[in-house]
Amino acid sequence: MSIGGDVDGEWSVWRMVRTMVPLLAGLSLLQMASGTVLETFEATLLTQPSLLVLVPVQIGTAGNLASIMCSRLSTQLHLGTFELSPSNPAIRANTVAVFGLAATVFGIVGIAAWAIGRVLGGSLGLVEVLTISLVSGMLLALVVVVLSVVSVTASYRLGYNPDDTTIPVVTNLCDITGVLILFGVVVAVL
Amino acid sequence: MYGQDTAKDVYRDALPVIVVSLVAGLFAGTILGSETMREGIESVPGLLLLLPAFLATRGGVYGSLGARISSGLHQGIIEPRFELDERLGNAIVASFINGMSVSVFIAIVTFVVLTMTGQSGSLLQLVGIMIVAGFLSAVLMLSVLVSVIILGYRRGLDPDNIIGPVVTTLGDVFGVLFLLVGIYVTGLIL
Repeated sequence: MSIGGDVDGEWSVWRMVRTMVPLLAGLSLLQMASGTVLETFEATLLTQPSLLVLVPVQIGTAGNLASIMCSRLSTQLHLGTFELSPSNPAIRANTVAVFGLAATVFGIVGIAAWAIGRVLGGSLGLVEVLTISLVSGMLLALVVVVLSVVSVTASYRLGYNPDDTTIPVVTNLCDITGVLILFGVVVAVL
Repeated sequence: MYGQDTAKDVYRDALPVIVVSLVAGLFAGTILGSETMREGIESVPGLLLLLPAFLATRGGVYGSLGARISSGLHQGIIEPRFELDERLGNAIVASFINGMSVSVFIAIVTFVVLTMTGQSGSLLQLVGIMIVAGFLSAVLMLSVLVSVIILGYRRGLDPDNIIGPVVTTLGDVFGVLFLLVGIYVTGLIL
């Protein structure tokens, strides 16, 4: 397991660290934006646990959907069957699936977050929590689809291995937009 | 053939794992919304600020490790065995370095943001929490992720559908839990 070793450059430790650390550091800086939003809403979050429950689920599900879509597109790229076009059946199928999954999941999440929040001492109603969850979830699905396709294409054109770049970029951007959208919808609904 | 899946196939493949990670996300949210964690949020300045960056980093580090192993398996340059071959070993070492260095970076950035916005915070406390939480996450994520991908691949599961959910599921639940451990441990030392 020597650093560099006799494997090709793509798989050397130094190369992977050098590609990833600046990227991850840059993305953590961007994450401070959603951190700041969370901090701004600290008082609301501490009194309404349903919203605190929604945060990791909302972010996690967006990250999941994004990483499924990115992994599939990037494997296609490695196998040479990826083509950026709205008529690409793989892009279409993945898009429809992401919206279907989002509708299913964010419906369940809304009900569960409401119930858990009630147990933990919150006062929000079912309709409010469900509306917040579904509206922000569907907006997030749209963001996931657009960002996945754009970033896989961009990393390919710029000559980066999409496995190193797309997933960190897309999951991070989804996290940030997720928090922004979530609290945008919270402000609109409450 | 891979890439010819319909939306229904993608939905059906992804739904079970997405639902599992949804349950885990709700679990993470419940820990986050719990009395103990809310006390932690109130007592450690900057905790909400670093939360998104910390949770997202693990998505970035380990999600891209998973995607890299998956592409390696699809291309046939990594064997689905537990012998440490050089590519797999390098990828694991690089992920560990990435995870730890970015965790410390996040602590420093959080302290800078706190100082710039005129709030008080302890650099030592934040770095301590991030080192404990980052290290525990790395050990857990690396061992579970590599095992799940290799075992899943042997059973004919497409790693692309497994990685995201495994990473966010473990990442969120244990990320929030390890943050609590980090708060506790640094509280004992400082």
